Amino acid sequence: MAAVAIDGHGHDDHGHHEESFVSKYIFSQDHKMIGKQFLMTAVFMGVTAMILSILFRIQLAWPGESSDFLSFFLGDQWAPGGVLSEDMYLGLVTIHGTIMVFFLLTGGLSGTFSNLLIPLQIGARDMASGFLNMLSYWFFFISSMLMFSSLFIETGPAMAGWTIYPPLAALPQAISGSGLGMTLWLFSMAIFIASSLLGSLNYIVTILNLRTKGMSMTRLPLTIWAFFITAILGVLSFPVLLSAALLLMMDRMAGTSFFLSDIIIEGEMLTNHGGSPLLYQHLFWFLGHPEVYIVLLPALGLSSEIISTNSRKPIFGYRAMIGSMLAIGFLSFIVWAHHMFVTGMNPFLGSVFVFTTLLIAIPSAVKAFNYITTLWKGSIIFTPAMLFAIGLVSTFITGGVTGIILADAALDITTHDTYFVIAHFHVVMGLSAVFGMYAGVYHWFPKMFGKLMNTKLGFAHFWVTIVGAYGVFFPMHFVGLAGAPRRYYDYSVYGEFDKESLALQMDLNVIITIFAIMAAMGQLIFLFNFFYSIFRGPKAPQNPWKSNTLEWTTPVEHVHGNWPGELPTVHRWPYDYSKPGSEVDFIPQNVPLAEGEEKH
Amino acid sequence: MVTKLIILLVIVLGVIAAAQLMRVYELSSKLREQKENEISNRDNRMNAALMLLFMILLFGGFIWLMLAYGWVGRGESASVHGHELDWLLNLNFVIIIAIFFLTNFLLFWFAFKYVRKPGVPAFYYPHNNKLEMIWTVIPAIVLAIVIILGLKSWNEVTGDSSKEAINVEIFAKRFSWQARYSGTDNQLGKFDYKLTQDERNPLAVMTGETIQTAIDSMEHGGGGIQWLEDKLNDRTIMIAPDDRMAYEKSLHAKEKLIRLLYQMRQSHDAKLDKMAMDDFFSDTLFLCVDQEYEFSFRSKDVLHSAYFPHFRAQMNTVPGMTTRLKFIPDKTTEEMRVSRGVEDFEFVLLCNKICGGSHYKMKMMIKVLSKKDYDVWVKSKSKGVLSAGATLKNPAWDIEPSTFDYKFHKQPAVEVQEVAKEEGGNEVVMDDLEEVNNPSAE
Repeated sequence: MAAVAIDGHGHDDHGHHEESFVSKYIFSQDHKMIGKQFLMTAVFMGVTAMILSILFRIQLAWPGESSDFLSFFLGDQWAPGGVLSEDMYLGLVTIHGTIMVFFLLTGGLSGTFSNLLIPLQIGARDMASGFLNMLSYWFFFISSMLMFSSLFIETGPAMAGWTIYPPLAALPQAISGSGLGMTLWLFSMAIFIASSLLGSLNYIVTILNLRTKGMSMTRLPLTIWAFFITAILGVLSFPVLLSAALLLMMDRMAGTSFFLSDIIIEGEMLTNHGGSPLLYQHLFWFLGHPEVYIVLLPALGLSSEIISTNSRKPIFGYRAMIGSMLAIGFLSFIVWAHHMFVTGMNPFLGSVFVFTTLLIAIPSAVKAFNYITTLWKGSIIFTPAMLFAIGLVSTFITGGVTGIILADAALDITTHDTYFVIAHFHVVMGLSAVFGMYAGVYHWFPKMFGKLMNTKLGFAHFWVTIVGAYGVFFPMHFVGLAGAPRRYYDYSVYGEFDKESLALQMDLNVIITIFAIMAAMGQLIFLFNFFYSIFRGPKAPQNPWKSNTLEWTTPVEHVHGNWPGELPTVHRWPYDYSKPGSEVDFIPQNVPLAEGEEKH
Repeated sequence: MVTKLIILLVIVLGVIAAAQLMRVYELSSKLREQKENEISNRDNRMNAALMLLFMILLFGGFIWLMLAYGWVGRGESASVHGHELDWLLNLNFVIIIAIFFLTNFLLFWFAFKYVRKPGVPAFYYPHNNKLEMIWTVIPAIVLAIVIILGLKSWNEVTGDSSKEAINVEIFAKRFSWQARYSGTDNQLGKFDYKLTQDERNPLAVMTGETIQTAIDSMEHGGGGIQWLEDKLNDRTIMIAPDDRMAYEKSLHAKEKLIRLLYQMRQSHDAKLDKMAMDDFFSDTLFLCVDQEYEFSFRSKDVLHSAYFPHFRAQMNTVPGMTTRLKFIPDKTTEEMRVSRGVEDFEFVLLCNKICGGSHYKMKMMIKVLSKKDYDVWVKSKSKGVLSAGATLKNPAWDIEPSTFDYKFHKQPAVEVQEVAKEEGGNEVVMDDLEEVNNPSAE
């Protein structure tokens, strides 16, 4: 609630009719306000997840040493004497992963920018259904609060990893977090999925039906294409996770045996027969892999727009960019079992998934090279948004290439579930998406709040973040190659069998944690800049980045229906930057073609 | 409490101070008529230079990590197929490191080079089909090679083992591992989780006798059906409602299970018992160098993953399902110690699937012996030498159920030790074995 109220003083309403505080700031049906609500909630959840990560990184770097920081946040129950408890370590990594993947990078990223940009960039007055859109946010808010509250219950939050594999997640006897904490996790996720489905359906319908005159599908900005494909992925894959969550709830509460078979836990012989933990994994990853692209595609869409605008050049290979996003979207549905090469799944099935998975590298390579070519011979302006967009391309490549190794089943045998995987997906999905989100916030902040963020602080934020981020995740590859399993509370156990490897683990874990703390400090710069600028930032001009897309033709002060008069008519694609024959280096989409001017 | 208040105060003051500084900055930029959305050429050039500097840092950092830690932790492979996988991994690394350097270089170099210069417009270059075709086709070809080589190895590694392979079962439970060797007939006895008896049959091996034992204990043992019924029907005692519910639940479950046990007894084929009779158990995994092993995996409770980092092998253990893998160790522990230069190096089997709070401690030591030493160990094992002989020092050494004792360990300890010596038993090995088994003694 606090998060929503924060932007309560940002600007006055110049809309068509008077609104009460509640209908304007809380139960708003205006897509711009809903976008901001998503962003505020996501910032809150993101900060939470970041603090959790610092807490467990301290344990990994200095295992068993007492830390005031830990006892400050976790108290005597979870950090007796300032030393993190084993169970809570698992709780921290579980909730960190869950929040980051679902609440920050799905709800936060897609929710914020789909809501803000879809109507504005396609020239619509609002979403197809403002009411469903409002419900989507409030479901998201409730699920966020449920997940957040699970951190404060006596038995602790869910502790089975963010993938919550049963039987560990199904059996409260197995770990304290599989009690009430897991119940909250599952309820939170069910509500989250409802939110995501309501949002996605709305995005799809809006993009298909409410484009303004002249806005054909091939004139859509790449952001919209990314949101569109993301929404389709969400609609098709999230229901499968919902079914997995429901079946797991039934195993936990109704004594069914979907995922349980032949188990003796803490001396109790269970009567479940015939269920399969692998079934859960198939269901989970059927969402789980498209989810990676649900997280990544919006970030790629945002950065396409930002890189093109700030290079003052059209995005290179517009149609190839759309084609590769479609290909990635399609392929993402037939690669899920590459998460399961060593689960006991039939190896032949594994080889099919090796093939489909490695195919994804092709459209990804096309995207990467197209970004680079867009920079070539550009006239680059390093706004903070542009810096983050370039950072995204770098992490997308660096994280993407290690995927080639993990997708290769034979090589996955030894790298599976090690820190090599952690490094891979944090770089390619985590960093890229977070960078994309930051780029989006810096770029569209003037549109959201009518104010400008401080650029100097933006520069500082970027450079600290990218150095910190690479500093965290680069050494992690080496920890993983040395064979360090993930979700280990303490790598001192290496001392019992391999002293040399132990030294590597300890050295690198300290380096990683120091960089992590540095990167986290860097985010404080952003938080300060963000909130300060909302209240006291300088007023933004209408089109601060000299951009072509329609959102910059709306007034700075938000109005209901976005455009005070007629909806704009679109005459050209969104990437006419530095077009030969034009005096200015940008031509907005609503400017008619000059006489004799060729379409792109 | 006071410190927390002070910390809070410092944070609040810090934020206020930062906000005031921002005001000063803004006023000064207003005086200079500088707008936040217009990036000055100076800032632009600074960021471009930082792009280049960052690239150098990134590449330098990578090279340093490669030199300092490249293969240290992993070490060379100790299994036959592992060498092939390492070769494949290296090949893949050559490819991806090349891509990493090339693309990151282009990215940061272009970012540096094409920073805005007053008067120089950007080059309008919306697409080039030929160029795009090149970077579609080249990755496709490279990937085809990667896929073909990868699948070839994958098929070999996951394929069936040969007839010479020794069958060993690895049993996972929170938070330890146990190995069951198939004995002289190289066939593992059948199992069923319902036969589990913590003391007497922890691995739930199936024989006519263990079925009967399980039935007896479920019917008449402590906490068994009889006991529960007596408790629930005893009108002279008061049972708390929670306890009553727990008893009823337990009774319900046991009634369900006992029916299945009756069925099992009825359909049990006594001829299969001999497969189980010669099985023997160990808390440390002893392997013979250059011998193929077919491992099957079982889990008692939740998912675990049997991760053999040095043998480049891994397989999850799944309750309710048997999984498998095979490999041939090709270096003994001694050889590995020498080649790695780590004196007390041990092979290890780690748990690599989150299974509870002590997940990180769940491991099994692996000892790869020469053929001669291994034979001695097997002989001692199958005749019960170690289990019997070691009971004095370390009762947890072996986990043979006591019901099996009279079948498996008829000979008294002293006698068998003599047998081992007579047959040239290696004293050093024996000491070594105990050491492995009991690392805390070091």
